[in-house]
Amino acid sequence: MPESAIVLNAAAIQRALTRIAHEITERNEGGGDVVLVGIQRGGVPLAERLATLLAGIWGGAVSSGSLDVSMHRDDLDQRAAPKIHPTVIPFDVTGKTVVLVDDVLFSGRTIRAAMDALNDFGRPKKIQLAVLIDRGHRELPVKADFVGKNVPTSLAEKVRVRVGEAGVEDEVVVERK
Amino acid sequence: MSWNRQHLLDIESLTADEIVTVLDTARAFKAVGERAIKKVPALRGRTVVNLFVEPSTRTRTSFELSEQRLSADIINFTAEASSLKKGETLKDTAKNLEALNIDFIIIRHSAAGAAHFLSRVLNAHVINAGDGAHEHPTQALLDAFTIRERKGKIEGLNVTILGDILFSRVARSNIWALTKLGAKVTLCGPATLVPRTFEAMGCRVTHHLDDAIRDADIIHLLRIQHERQRQTMFPSLNEYTQLFGLNKARLAQTKPDALIMHPGPVNRGVEIDSDIADSARSLILEQVTNGIAVRMAVLFLVNGGKGPQEIAAG
Repeated sequence: MPESAIVLNAAAIQRALTRIAHEITERNEGGGDVVLVGIQRGGVPLAERLATLLAGIWGGAVSSGSLDVSMHRDDLDQRAAPKIHPTVIPFDVTGKTVVLVDDVLFSGRTIRAAMDALNDFGRPKKIQLAVLIDRGHRELPVKADFVGKNVPTSLAEKVRVRVGEAGVEDEVVVERK
Repeated sequence: MSWNRQHLLDIESLTADEIVTVLDTARAFKAVGERAIKKVPALRGRTVVNLFVEPSTRTRTSFELSEQRLSADIINFTAEASSLKKGETLKDTAKNLEALNIDFIIIRHSAAGAAHFLSRVLNAHVINAGDGAHEHPTQALLDAFTIRERKGKIEGLNVTILGDILFSRVARSNIWALTKLGAKVTLCGPATLVPRTFEAMGCRVTHHLDDAIRDADIIHLLRIQHERQRQTMFPSLNEYTQLFGLNKARLAQTKPDALIMHPGPVNRGVEIDSDIADSARSLILEQVTNGIAVRMAVLFLVNGGKGPQEIAAG
C-alpha cells in the first residue's frame, strides 16, 4: 500500500482555479481573444472549470477545447503506443491567446508536444500555460504562467489529480511508491 | 485498450480487444485527415519500405499516404523493379532492405505466409498488405471501422459477404474480424467459390442470393477475380451476374438501411449494378477514406515499444 498525502482538497482546488482565473483576467484585459485548451486527459476538466469561471468574470461565454498530444510525443518508440483521446478544438486559434491547461507540470515534454500539436490548428497570437500543480523536475525550458500550487516532489513520488470524476471528491494526492 | 505487437500479420491471431484498439486509434487519425494540416510527426525519422511483390495500386497508395501523414520516409519496391525478378529470394531482398536500417516493411505477396516469414527473419516491423489467398488484415480493419462508424456497433449485425470467397484474403480477414466482434456472418456465392468448409470459421453458408441478403445489415461484395479463375469456377461472368449480381430489384428486397461495401476495384455490371455502386447506400468511397486512418493507426500502434500504456502526468 503506497503512502499518500492530500495536498489539495476539493475546496482548495476550487480556490486555486478561481485565483488562476483572476490572474488570467489580469494578464489578458477584456478577455476577448482568450480561448482555453485542456491537454488530455487531466487538463480537460480543469479547462472547462476555468472557462466557466472566466465567463462569470467577463460576462460572456469563453471557448474551451481539448487537445491530445500522443502523436507529437518524443518517446513513442520507447513505450507501448498510448491510447489517444479526442482532440476537439471547435474554434480558430489563429490570432487568439490560447491558455493551455494541464493538471501537473513535470518534465515539460507534454507541453512541448502540446505547443507543436496546437500549431497544426493555426498560429495563436500567444500561448500561455496554466497548471494546477507544478511538481518540478523540468527536462525542458518550460515555465507555467499560472500555477495552482507548487508541490516539491521526489522522483519516487507520484502526483494524482482527480477533478470532475463521477462519485468521488476532487483532490490532489502525492503518493510515495 | 491493449496492444503490444510489433507486427500486424493477420486478424486470426488478434483478440477482439486488440481489434477494437485499432478501431479506436483510427478514429483519432481520421480526425487528423480532416484538418487543414493532415500530418503529424509520430513516425518522424523512421523509414518504411513498401515491398509490393504482387501488383497493387489502391492498397499501396493508401499505405504510402498513411506513411507520409505520419512523417515517415518511404521507399517503394515493386516486383518488376526489384531483384526478385533476377531470382533473388524474398529473404535476401528483405535482408538487404533491412541492411539499409529501415524500420518497417509493408509486404504484399502472392504467397500465403510471406509476411509471417519476414517477421521471423527480420527485426523490422512487418505489416501484411495481403498474402496470397490467406489474409489482408488492414482491409478487414478498415471495413470493420466503416461498419462501426455507420452502424454504431458491430455486435449482432448481419453481415453478408457475397462473391468469390474461396480465393479471397479479404473475405478471410473479414470473417475473422467480424466474428470476433460478434457479427453474424453469412457467405454466399456459387458453390464452387463458397464451399461449406467455411462453416468451420463460424459462418453461415448459402448459395441462394435472396436468402443471403434478406436480413443483411451490411452486404459486402467481393470482386470476381477473373484473372485467378480463368473461367473454370463458374460457366460465365454473365451467368454469375444473373445469379449473384446485386441489381435494383434485389436491393429492393433488402432492409431499407442495409449498406453496400466493396473493397475495390469494382467490376461494374458484374457483381454490382453501376447505379448501386454510386448510391447513398454505398460505402465504397468511405472505405477508401477510412483506409488511410486505419493504416495510420496500425503503423502508430506497431511502432510502440514495450512498456506501460498510460502516460504519467506532466
